[in-house]
Amino acid sequence: MSDRLVVNKTYKQFIGGAFERSESGRSYPVSGAGGELLANAVQGSRKDVRDAVAAARSAQAGWAGRTAYNRGQILYRVAEVMESRREEFSAEVARAGDGCSHEAAAQQTTAAIDRWVWYAGWADKFPTVLGGANPVAGPYFNLSVPEPVGVVGIVAPDEPPLLPLVSRLAPVIVSGNTAVVLASERCPLVAITLAETLALSDVPSGVVNILTGHRNELVSPLAGHVAVDSLDLTGCDAESAADAARQAAATITRVVSASAAERQWADESAQSPYLIDAFCETKTVWHTKGR
Amino acid sequence: MTDDLLSNCRPILGRVTDLLAVQTSAGSADAVAGVRITPVDAVGLEQRAASLCTRSIKTSSKAAALDLAIRVMDLTTLEGADTPERVQALCTRARHPDAADWSVPSVAAMCVYPELVPVAAKELADSPVAVASVAGGFPAGLAPLDTRLAEIAWAVAAGADEVDIVLNRSAFLSGRYQKAYDEIAAAKQACGSAHLKVILETGELGSYDQIRQASMLAMVAGADFIKTSTGKIGTSATPAVALCMAEAIRDMAEQTGRAVGLKLAGGIRTAKQAWHYLVIVGETLGSGWLTPERFRLGASSLLNDVLMQRAKLLDGRYQRREDFSVD
Repeated sequence: MSDRLVVNKTYKQFIGGAFERSESGRSYPVSGAGGELLANAVQGSRKDVRDAVAAARSAQAGWAGRTAYNRGQILYRVAEVMESRREEFSAEVARAGDGCSHEAAAQQTTAAIDRWVWYAGWADKFPTVLGGANPVAGPYFNLSVPEPVGVVGIVAPDEPPLLPLVSRLAPVIVSGNTAVVLASERCPLVAITLAETLALSDVPSGVVNILTGHRNELVSPLAGHVAVDSLDLTGCDAESAADAARQAAATITRVVSASAAERQWADESAQSPYLIDAFCETKTVWHTKGR
Repeated sequence: MTDDLLSNCRPILGRVTDLLAVQTSAGSADAVAGVRITPVDAVGLEQRAASLCTRSIKTSSKAAALDLAIRVMDLTTLEGADTPERVQALCTRARHPDAADWSVPSVAAMCVYPELVPVAAKELADSPVAVASVAGGFPAGLAPLDTRLAEIAWAVAAGADEVDIVLNRSAFLSGRYQKAYDEIAAAKQACGSAHLKVILETGELGSYDQIRQASMLAMVAGADFIKTSTGKIGTSATPAVALCMAEAIRDMAEQTGRAVGLKLAGGIRTAKQAWHYLVIVGETLGSGWLTPERFRLGASSLLNDVLMQRAKLLDGRYQRREDFSVD
């Protein structure tokens, strides 16, 4: 009897709720801390960016149209599903990039799960905190309401591979935005495993799309895409962030990047309702007061 | 030749052929021996259509294809809620599809319901854009024949340059080919100098063989164009159906020397679909068919996608659908 061959997972991109190879058919090797081959990841192309933005665009109105309570439930559900796959996440985090101890990886996984729960709780509260009734002179109600900007492009930081990704993604989608995420080029595998949990967590198709591949190929078409409304360039180095910001300026796309405090990923400073606000537009409505 | 004679128990293929043999030799001074209708190899047809749709078109070829797609487009609005104002607005788009860029060519025709023909004719009077009208009891084609013919004549009198009628599928599918044929011939007469397009509604014909036979029947009966669909049923133009009809047109041209046009309609929404069809027609019928005189794409939402792809080509950025007009 022959030895059994191991059945390895193919890490595919997550676009419009489906796991797909690149339109270009390319892939690139991803290695772990010891230089060993972990897997081949999809090397996405600008057309994959286009498809992902189209998927995010068509999912946005429906996602924003859900009740805040329902969005909160769904984010909480992501945490539940991650919790049930905690061991798998920890193992993947431990072997990704420069690697870390299993203990540190488990801590990071716990923090990532808790971060989903934290933002899930904000879903139906941030409009009250960030908006509200404004006192105005005259017989009017004047109300400010934060509304999602639309489609947000997120360039995820490289390391550590899981917690920063969740820390940047959760505040974007909790308000009703949809996201196109460029996963870390060096540690893309954990992001795809996260996509698998999202696919099982009632997150509607197209709300989160995760692409893998080379940054120098993907950031520019994402930043220049007219249908992208805001960009989180936390994962870009200074030079490519400046390039992306120039591209974004031509189509009046808002650019956001994590502050030094927000980059203390394990700390409470990395989570804030103001991060939800960064991807919202405030709508102010005047309404006559009845007599 | 009577319906009784036609509806004997010979294979269906023979019967349409017999009818057309009699009609072509009777109707033509050259005494054409009659067109042959060969059976369709359905697997081969679908395989070839699929392979033609994998053709990659880039840069300057893509720019040319996008402009051609606009030039052969019948911009269509066939809603019960169409108003004169809406038709006026669409006529403006038909002349200059992109208000900001007048280098974009005009579409071939504006296609409306008969009641709105006078509006379109007035708007497009001094433009190269033709006015097309559906008529003849569109979309079922089952109004009394007199009423259908009167509707066609009315639309032409009101200013329609082109008339889109439907094949009587009720007659065709029940084997009353003579009736289907005679109705098209009568419609052609009612059209006068206007061009006649015959919609086969291929989604209701059931097989590629039936589509080829219906194509031949419509062409011999006098159609200037044969057209896939009304757009009013679920199944509309597909690459294989387009190829099937293009091959029928090619057979017709080879056997009788008459060049009939092809109009594809229904479900064509993206620029990519449009250039796939351009490839199918170009490869099957030659570039002589890639003109508004012999090829049309009937569509309503296609124009926006073509303009969006055109903008992407010029600008280099992927565009946003909302930046293009709603209609």
